[in-house]
Amino acid sequence: MALLELKNLYVTLDSEKGKIDVLKDITMTLEKKKIYVMTGPNGSGKTSIAKAIMGIYPIARGQILLVGEDITRKGIAERAQLGIGYAFQQPPRFKGLKVRDMLTLAAGRDDPSRYCDLLYDVGLCAQDYMDREMNASLSGGEMKRIEIASLLARNLKIALFDEPEAGIDLWSFQRLTETFETIHEKLDTAVIIISHQERILRLADQVIMVKEGRISEITTREKILGDIQRLDMECQFSESGARGGKKDAGCNR
Amino acid sequence: MLDVIDKRLLEEVADLHGLPMGAYNIRKNGQGIRRKTTANIEITTKEDKPGINVVIKPGTKGESVHIPVILSREDLHDLVYNTFEIGADSDVLIVAGCGIHNPGCKTAQHDGIHEFFVRKGARMRYVEKHVGEGEGPGEKNLNPKTIVEVEEGGIAELELIQIKGVDHTRRETEIILHKNARLIVTERLLTTSNQTSDSIITVELRGDDSTAQIVSRSVAQDSSRQIFHLNLRGYTRCRGHIQCDSIIMHQAQVSSIPEISAFHSDSQLIHEAAIGKIASEQLVKLMTLGLTEKEAEETILKGFLK
Repeated sequence: MALLELKNLYVTLDSEKGKIDVLKDITMTLEKKKIYVMTGPNGSGKTSIAKAIMGIYPIARGQILLVGEDITRKGIAERAQLGIGYAFQQPPRFKGLKVRDMLTLAAGRDDPSRYCDLLYDVGLCAQDYMDREMNASLSGGEMKRIEIASLLARNLKIALFDEPEAGIDLWSFQRLTETFETIHEKLDTAVIIISHQERILRLADQVIMVKEGRISEITTREKILGDIQRLDMECQFSESGARGGKKDAGCNR
Repeated sequence: MLDVIDKRLLEEVADLHGLPMGAYNIRKNGQGIRRKTTANIEITTKEDKPGINVVIKPGTKGESVHIPVILSREDLHDLVYNTFEIGADSDVLIVAGCGIHNPGCKTAQHDGIHEFFVRKGARMRYVEKHVGEGEGPGEKNLNPKTIVEVEEGGIAELELIQIKGVDHTRRETEIILHKNARLIVTERLLTTSNQTSDSIITVELRGDDSTAQIVSRSVAQDSSRQIFHLNLRGYTRCRGHIQCDSIIMHQAQVSSIPEISAFHSDSQLIHEAAIGKIASEQLVKLMTLGLTEKEAEETILKGFLK
């Protein structure tokens, strides 16, 4: 049985122009122990899909099944309790809540020694961060890493990471990709990573392309990486052409 | 002498699970009922008005004084004047606070005027907690006035906390800082139902290189009202920072009225104030960890007021 199924899903949100379908006819199936990388242009609906799975956005039409159970009408907390987790692209700050408090809420129990490992996995030293308030004193990159650690603290069936690499330095990025590989290797979790990064794409068992609120393609990493390589070569060619006096406005990589 | 209610109030306002270690003076319904002095901390009764004098010898380190007040009957207006002499180079903890249990229909009120002299190089940590409770509709009112003078190189850390159940409060805090003196004030306040609270903190930075940091956090629920007047006045080369944050809920009202005044070109004073609801992103974030909306709200408020 599939771990998660999205069947003909529509999400409709209010906008200045009235109601708009931000997601249209989304259908996909996720299996356990696989990494899915969701990619596509800005505003194409990647985050909306993640939020629909997490229950943050209400479903207008369609169905979501988790291990065969219909969770379409379940709220955020219920879905979280069933094993779905979402790491926000821009996690909110909390005055008064410390990093340790957040990890305890995520893990469901206070376990400082485990937090050391989790923070290490995202490139932070526990000694320096455990008692820090999650307020404006932390940078965007630090907040992001703690957000990822809070997801890693949970035993999840579905882990959604929204642009986890954003704001994270090159060295921590390497550790982060290793962490995703470890999850892949050791856990049954299905991981969905929203990303535009080639190094993240390399982790994918499948790549989900999203465009204009629809899934335009579900494909393999080899195909996507092949496309990127081809595009790179075309860019190099057009750049050398441009130096020779030609211009190719179509190449924007 | 101490009944179950008294013990519970003492636990709430002074974290006491029995009689405290070190010096103490416990006041109940307008009268001192227990007192202990130590070799370094002397407590005596004022002769001209109700209250006590607490004298801490110079160089006293690591000792504490607990001076909680309990009101457990209605129709009582307790007024007390306490004076504290914190000897030079000492380092002490003073725990005050008032718990009111009003079982009746008439008002129970405590007005405490505390005056502190933090002598040269001394460090004082002062914790004041207020709580009200009771079966009857009688009001539980608290009006503390705190006056602090910090001499050269002294440090005063004030934690002013109103936990719950106080119907009306007017808190006045006046502080003068001399050369190199340092002040940290942390205020936490929760009001509910129709409660009202006024907090007026005025800090005069009179000595070179004196510093003051005031962090005020409050939550106003139901139809309660809060007013904050936080004033910093720099008369010399000094630094001061006020941060005043309030979470407003339901039909509550909050006013934050800043005043920073510099009377010297090397005074650096900052005031930050924010009033707002709990951000929906914060609620959603905690709900994605499995908390219900109510649990998420409680977690945010608890953390905010911690």
